[in-house]
Amino acid sequence: MKQIAVISGKGGTGKTVISGSFAALAKNKVMVDCDVDAADLHLLLYPRVKERHEFKSGSTAVIDKKFCKECGRCISACRFEAIKPDFSIERFSCEGCGLCSRVCPHSAIHMEENLAGEWFVSDTQHGLFVHAKLGIAEENSGKLVAKIRQVAKELAEKQFLEYVIIDGPPGIGCPVIASLSGVDCALIITEPTLSGLHDARRVMEVAKHFNIPAKLVVNKYDLNISMTRKIEEFCSETGVPVIGKIVFDKEVVKALVEGKTIIEGAQCAAGDEIRKIWEVLKS
Amino acid sequence: MVISVASGKGGTGKTTIAVNLALSLKNVQFLDCDVEEPNAHIFLKPQITGEQRAVILVPEVDEEKCAYCGKCQEVCVYHAIAVLPGNNGKRGSVLIFPHLCHGCGACSLFCPQGAIKEADKDIGVIEIGGKDDMQFIHGRLNIGEAMSPPLIRQVKKYINPTKTVIVDAPPGTSCPVITAVKGSDFCILVTEPTPFGLNDLTLAVEVLRKLQIPFGVIINRSDIGDGKVEDYCGKEGISVLMRIPFSKEIARAYSCGETLVYRFPDLIKEFRNMFERITTYADRKSQE
Repeated sequence: MKQIAVISGKGGTGKTVISGSFAALAKNKVMVDCDVDAADLHLLLYPRVKERHEFKSGSTAVIDKKFCKECGRCISACRFEAIKPDFSIERFSCEGCGLCSRVCPHSAIHMEENLAGEWFVSDTQHGLFVHAKLGIAEENSGKLVAKIRQVAKELAEKQFLEYVIIDGPPGIGCPVIASLSGVDCALIITEPTLSGLHDARRVMEVAKHFNIPAKLVVNKYDLNISMTRKIEEFCSETGVPVIGKIVFDKEVVKALVEGKTIIEGAQCAAGDEIRKIWEVLKS
Repeated sequence: MVISVASGKGGTGKTTIAVNLALSLKNVQFLDCDVEEPNAHIFLKPQITGEQRAVILVPEVDEEKCAYCGKCQEVCVYHAIAVLPGNNGKRGSVLIFPHLCHGCGACSLFCPQGAIKEADKDIGVIEIGGKDDMQFIHGRLNIGEAMSPPLIRQVKKYINPTKTVIVDAPPGTSCPVITAVKGSDFCILVTEPTPFGLNDLTLAVEVLRKLQIPFGVIINRSDIGDGKVEDYCGKEGISVLMRIPFSKEIARAYSCGETLVYRFPDLIKEFRNMFERITTYADRKSQE
């Protein structure tokens, strides 16, 4: 069983469009949407939810005004500026460390566990799909990513599936690290822009830092051919193979608007290239 | 006046909007809070004049004083510290996992032996500079570092309320975004008229409503995709501040790190008009 994570550094380079196409192309796999705070893959896969689970993680301080003497010990102890001068909790700043509840001399503060989101196991026309929804303005996305990846991996092992295909989040921080840990291949999708190059470089360094072999695809490569060449040069210097270059193709947005993967949409140059990329990736 | 630019979905044009709005105004302070992938400097090309280490505090145990009582492990909700008690005359040991540490300080505060002090751990750098009359500040998270909010908070410490502050936020809807947009007087949400753009816009709208930050929407590449983002904004009573049609010329300018207002100077007026509308709106909101 092989785990492949599609990541990018920069957002909006085409991770989900490409992962969605892999869903239509790959047989014997589980799809996972690890961009849990702005998940989109479900818009292409139409999941029929089979299992729904709560994701509890972290906690938030609650001050009981009945016991609070407003001594201010909690305010000076809190490093996250989560307690306002009127002794109410700024919920989105509280990191749930519990320090305030421990220093309060009047035992007026207790911690309440957060319902941070939900995760699902679904059926789709392209097979199993594990996905999640982080609660609005919740944290701990890295833990939720780790959770759904573990579920997907177990499903793949139990059903002798060949691949776990992960649609990753943008950036290089905690949910990206959680999406990458232990995968067999990181597929980096970038675009031929200075920002795309800058961000791909950083995410390549992250992959290297965690010893994950990386491959790269330049999406919309013809929007700036000389920048594409720069990216290719950079990749050859760092030993990251460029396994595909996808043209800027209006069919991509068309298929998206129709809620289809490019593979299911009208035959087009972008779709043909993605087919080739999948052939390289699976070999 | 603090205006943040956020999006939910990545790659919709946050940085483009933030940069070009900033270039259209006077007396601006620009904060790039997308510390995982900071890109505004590519377009603004500021002269960097200062650098500051960004650190969080992580525990350091003085094993001479440590009694291996386990109190620190008990108070650490992040499981960033583990204590192996000694036995048969063998010394115990304390393991620290700095990447799990949030720097709350509980371990050092509650250690009965006073054996824990906190030491700086670098998580990134903050660079400070300028371009004409604009002040520029951005954070750059170190590779392999998981937690960006502490760095975002440190970048935001530089906010100068006497200036027009533009905050370029990271994509998504979770902690890094919240840390970046918190405290803004207004937030511009940049989206694109595709199903992905719409889905992530609705999530971002929920976040801003929860945080009670007034906001409006810019539709980028407004002539691709479908009309559902417009419909949604109409139905929800969200004002569409600007529409920018797709053009290969814009895409190419962007790809080379060129700014819109340089290529299309007429846009300066549009950005200024939008800013006027935002200030009027935010003032009215703050008086309500």
